[in-house]
Amino acid sequence: MPRRVPTLVATGLVAGFLAGVFGVGGGIVIVPLLVAGAAYLPKPAMATSLAAMLFTAVAAGASHAAAGQVAWQDAALIGLPATAGAVAGAWLHQRAATRPMVLAFAALLLITAGKLAL
Amino acid sequence: MSHELVAVLLGALAGTLSAMFGVGGGVVFVPTLIFLGHSTHTAVATSLVAIVPVVAMGAWRQSAYGSVRWRDAVIVGAASLPTAKLGEVVATSLPNSVLRRLFAVVLVLVAIQLVYHALRGQPE
Repeated sequence: MPRRVPTLVATGLVAGFLAGVFGVGGGIVIVPLLVAGAAYLPKPAMATSLAAMLFTAVAAGASHAAAGQVAWQDAALIGLPATAGAVAGAWLHQRAATRPMVLAFAALLLITAGKLAL
Repeated sequence: MSHELVAVLLGALAGTLSAMFGVGGGVVFVPTLIFLGHSTHTAVATSLVAIVPVVAMGAWRQSAYGSVRWRDAVIVGAASLPTAKLGEVVATSLPNSVLRRLFAVVLVLVAIQLVYHALRGQPE
């Protein structure tokens, strides 16, 4: 088990950097790295990544806030409804995240990426 | 429609989609904030603050199910602290248009990962 600690530290280092640069929580990399590097099953990996992201998001958010870049009102207007939405989304994940829906969402992300890149 | 109402509706939608498809909140928050008229820098910074209540609720629910391994989470979280600061410094030093295009690359990678898992037929 102690061998897993370097993997966990490396996971945190990568997640922190991505969070700081891109404003993501870091779950994008924490979940796959826990599964591939620390013998996690997907469900506990997702759960543990949420707990780790509490530290990551607070640290990266505080750093950006110190740089004066946070729009606090919109953070609340988006974050609080999103918290309720995430509870609904977790329910939908089991029931409605079918293959066509996942592919449609991936297409939406690609269209968004195209708009941002232009 | 007022800016505030649009933000609340998009926030609820973003939270629903991120949990439904298992992608991070930031993946949908950052484009949402740019759509609301913020610079990419402000969108990145604001997304991180908006993520905090989402992951707090998620961690609390998962912890109640006993799925969270807190010791590992603390190690990952503690290791992320210095690089989170480093990432902020890098983001702040980049021009807005470069940061926006790099974020577009992240979206493409997330989309590829989603398609890969969907076509392999495994839910996660």
